[in-house]
Amino acid sequence: MADTNQVNQMQIANVENYPRGLRWVILVGVLLLYLGILGLKESGSLNPYHIQILCLICINIVLVVSLNLINGFTGQFSLGHAGFMAVGAYVSAFLTRNVINQLTFSGAEWLVTLEKAGLFLLVILAGALVAAFLGVLVGLPTLRLRGDYLAIATLGLGEIIRILLINLDVVGGARGYAVPKLTNFSWAFWLMVIAVLLMVNFINSTHGRACISVREDEIAAEAMGINTTRYKVMAFTLGAFFAGLSGALFAHLFVYISPQIFGFLRSIDILVMVVLGGLGSITGSITAAIFITVVMEMLRQLVELRVIIFAVILILVMLVRPQGLLGNREITDLFRRKQRGDPDEPAQHQKAV
Amino acid sequence: MLKINNIDVFYGAIHALKDLSLTVEAGQIVTLIGANGAGKSTTLKTISGLLKPKSGNLIFQEQNITGKAAQQIVALGIVQVPEGRRVFPSMSVMENLELGAYLRKDRVAIRDDLDRVFTRFPRLQERRSQMAGTLSGGEQQMLAIGRALMARPRLMLLDEPSMGLAPLLVREIFEIIKEINQTGTTILLVEQNAHMALSIAHYAYVLETGKIVLEGPAAELAQSDKVKEAYLGGRTN
Repeated sequence: MADTNQVNQMQIANVENYPRGLRWVILVGVLLLYLGILGLKESGSLNPYHIQILCLICINIVLVVSLNLINGFTGQFSLGHAGFMAVGAYVSAFLTRNVINQLTFSGAEWLVTLEKAGLFLLVILAGALVAAFLGVLVGLPTLRLRGDYLAIATLGLGEIIRILLINLDVVGGARGYAVPKLTNFSWAFWLMVIAVLLMVNFINSTHGRACISVREDEIAAEAMGINTTRYKVMAFTLGAFFAGLSGALFAHLFVYISPQIFGFLRSIDILVMVVLGGLGSITGSITAAIFITVVMEMLRQLVELRVIIFAVILILVMLVRPQGLLGNREITDLFRRKQRGDPDEPAQHQKAV
Repeated sequence: MLKINNIDVFYGAIHALKDLSLTVEAGQIVTLIGANGAGKSTTLKTISGLLKPKSGNLIFQEQNITGKAAQQIVALGIVQVPEGRRVFPSMSVMENLELGAYLRKDRVAIRDDLDRVFTRFPRLQERRSQMAGTLSGGEQQMLAIGRALMARPRLMLLDEPSMGLAPLLVREIFEIIKEINQTGTTILLVEQNAHMALSIAHYAYVLETGKIVLEGPAAELAQSDKVKEAYLGGRTN
């Protein structure tokens, strides 16, 4: 039997079972990746098309991870992600055109650049916040629904937003809306890094654990004193916030948005990436977002055929790995420190009695 | 400690509890026995705030808890071990226990309680990093009880702890319930296994179709002809 000291060591949660340096290794890796891509861009190895794809990958990562927060970690089946993305896109685009573009800047060039960057950040945050607000508004009544009902309600929400936008003439209605190009690789990359870090921290916090417990067993969570509705709404709102953020980045990247872009199929696309990566795995979501975005681009020459090939890939993955590429594990689990003293190592492999 | 006064609970149009009153004295094990559908689990759900009574009230330590939300009731010290164990299957044993202490902020005391749970259930310590869903039924029941203990309950509600367990394990679990009670936790035990429940309880209520039909000290009830015939499989000669 282990002594008290050992018990105390174990009590420290999961996160700290990782080697201490891992966090820094990841951050340095991210920085090197960024510098590497910038270098390749400068040297001309990556053309603007490549950069655009890289931006899209970053945006998709934010979308997929944020939907995973709702679907994978909290277990609430939402189909309205494109709707929140649309809100973020339109709100930010509207603000850019009607606020930033109406301002006149004067002074040193670097100052103007800085001012514009700050304003762009505010515009993105505004889009994300409006989406989050909508998330609370819709989440409070609908998250009392379960399973299929919630899926239908969120699906309806997405469609309502789309149809509202079609009929909203101030933002171009069905003709679409032109947006100044403000998103570049640095914006997409660093906002993606920050978004993912925030969501990882959320999941590893007490709140995140509470969300996971709601997914695992709602009744037991309630019996432990967890306010389940509150956590469902919290996860939903956070997911909506980041969907709005990626929508804002999206609008300023492709310089043209229309309601059709944010239709039901986009929600499904995001959902497919979540499921492919593994419900409840952040690194899985990132992998799937990169994988699918790249594959879809590579198959672009095949036009119609690419949808079929894509479907076949999906079916194959689901046949071989129904739990998704990573299930609910993380790539970083590979580096997880083994428990000290190892009294439980054999127990892990032992069959339960 | 807990007093339930004349509550009526409905599921839609179904009158599940009819004018039910019962009292749990501090420090005791009180058991609620009865057949399927008698309203045992409904009573527990009403106490823990998952269901609201249409009339009547519930008093816990001089405080009216009628209509309070589940999480407020847990914070007051009433913790339920739900029917069918309901551990969080893809979380580790450790994470399950940590979630038991979800509403507590006193880290040092939580650590002590964790030690205590592991001392009581050495099996859980052996399997602390294993996923709870891969534990055996008995181990899951131990985990569900351990998880509830992590919340430092004053009153622990146990819903059918013997369900689906081998007789030997049932005995072990009941032994543990008795020990927990001896360390000062009051227990309200709902059971279909009337024989086992009456053997450890101080006081017992018999529930039939939403009404208390019989009550008394457990030892007396175990001898009563009516209980013997209905629940203990004995025939009166």
